[in-house]
Amino acid sequence: MDTMANMPQASARPITWGVSRYRVRKAFGRGLWYITLTGLGLIFSLPFFWMLSSSLKVEARIWIYPPQWIPDPFLWRNYPEALTLMHFGQALRNTVFLTVVGTLAIVLSSSWIVYGFARFRFPGKNVIFLVLLSTMMLPDQVTMIPRFIMFKELGWLNTYLPLLVPAAFGDAFYVFLLRQFFMTIPTELDDAAKIDGCSYIGIWWRIMLPLSKPALATVTVFSVIRGWNDFLWPLIILNDSEKFNLALSLATFRGLYSTQWGYLMAASVVSLLPMIILYFFAQRYVVEGITLTGLKG
Amino acid sequence: MARLTQKVIESPVRRRKLSREVLWGYVFVGPWILGFLIFTLGPVLASLGLSFMDYELISAPTWRGLRNYAELITQDRLFGVSLYNTIFYTLFSVPLGIIVAFSLALLLNVQLPGMNVYRTVFYLPAVTAGVAVSLLWIWLFNPQFGLINYLLRSLGLPGPGWLVDPVWAKPAFILMSVWGVGGTVVIFLAGLQGVPRSLYEAAEIDGANTLQRFRHVTIPMMTPVIFFNMIVGIIGSFQVFTSAYVMTQGGPRDATLFYVLYLFKQGFKLLRMGYAAAMAWILFVIIIVLTLIQLRLSRKWVYYEGELAGE
Repeated sequence: MDTMANMPQASARPITWGVSRYRVRKAFGRGLWYITLTGLGLIFSLPFFWMLSSSLKVEARIWIYPPQWIPDPFLWRNYPEALTLMHFGQALRNTVFLTVVGTLAIVLSSSWIVYGFARFRFPGKNVIFLVLLSTMMLPDQVTMIPRFIMFKELGWLNTYLPLLVPAAFGDAFYVFLLRQFFMTIPTELDDAAKIDGCSYIGIWWRIMLPLSKPALATVTVFSVIRGWNDFLWPLIILNDSEKFNLALSLATFRGLYSTQWGYLMAASVVSLLPMIILYFFAQRYVVEGITLTGLKG
Repeated sequence: MARLTQKVIESPVRRRKLSREVLWGYVFVGPWILGFLIFTLGPVLASLGLSFMDYELISAPTWRGLRNYAELITQDRLFGVSLYNTIFYTLFSVPLGIIVAFSLALLLNVQLPGMNVYRTVFYLPAVTAGVAVSLLWIWLFNPQFGLINYLLRSLGLPGPGWLVDPVWAKPAFILMSVWGVGGTVVIFLAGLQGVPRSLYEAAEIDGANTLQRFRHVTIPMMTPVIFFNMIVGIIGSFQVFTSAYVMTQGGPRDATLFYVLYLFKQGFKLLRMGYAAAMAWILFVIIIVLTLIQLRLSRKWVYYEGELAGE
């Protein structure tokens, strides 16, 4: 019980307890702590385990009660079959293309824009930045319908242009994130570069970008995750199933094979896997980015 | 005197430099201004205009005045249903999410080995949000063969119909949203790590026990973070779409017809663009009003460190 009450200041140095008693309690407390966390962790990972387990089952073994935890027989066949049926290769290529191009565009444009906000003085800057911050509150749905009509008039429906072109104009949230970081880069570096005859574009490219690598990594990871999971806007813009990204293909696949859970789970595992791998490698940047938003927001 | 001459000589140069700086400032910020005008401000005004019109893509838009709004509020039963569903969902998923996230963050806020692993585990669902995870939850919620009802039954509890039962469909979405609470956990964790240790030490010297320290140090110091998560959480939950679209399409009996899903159906299935634009504006106003109310209420319970320094 003491451990539970102790949690808010567990990182603080305990001053009041005697040493030997403290040690016993500490070991006991640690044990309880790990048991609680492990229990909760198991509950949180159970859905993933269930997904993996279902993806490896024969159709007949899925519809049994009580459920089988470890698939028997172990079946890999769901994977190639499901992936062929949902034209996974095509959808994967589309998703990678959209995610990579969209992310490149948004990272370059956002960092370009943020350089202006972080380093230049010009009339209206504060007002413009306030407007930028307030657009983060604007629900997408408010602009969605006119944007759809606009792209329709341009003849861009069922192409990737509506998904990629807006990215070239930056993103308010990423500009905001990057600005927090750009402000910490000392201006002496720009001044030195200026004296050496470096242009502003040169400073942006050779000084600001290399020095803000951690923040750019954060924005990149966010943008990749967002691009990979993007659903509503592609759903509105794309009609042709050959142009679908993974999210759209999966949703269509679900309509066609609504009860074949072996297939559906295999397809889900494969479409999640790249994000899970990315997250394991880039975890630090994600955490830093969220921290930055939460505290300065 | 010398200083003055120097200033006189320097000023045109400085001015030229300044105007060059101004120009380059706009060159860098320019793309955002342009994008804002084309993809945000223009569409915002256009959708406001459209909300007073009838426009179904095939024929030219016709003026309708306030009749879209009137129809939504007085005649459209599903509008009320979708609003109710969304408010119900928000009312439970946001507070529950905050409580769960805060508790997890407290558990993770210790200097013990392996905390990174646990943090990863709790955050992972948030990375994978989307269609694949929605498919997974349909399967988890399967009344006969799903994992959730299996667990409930092994505890001796009855397994509800979840996504096929109008009463249990919304709770199913709330449960799923709690699972995806990882982002909030990370924000809380950062907040907890920002609480100065000296405050706890001072409280301890004053004889406060652990519970009192939690009540009088941790909670007040965390109120700004709780407030931030509430605002962001409410805005997010008012826009829930993908999971409902994939998992239930709004059913059973419209129990999960959330606001944006209904807006999408009006706009892109029935092609009632003006009507959907009116819905979008109502959503926008609701979000603004809710945020303003929270800002006003926050004065009563959110504690900012700066306030103390002023006293």
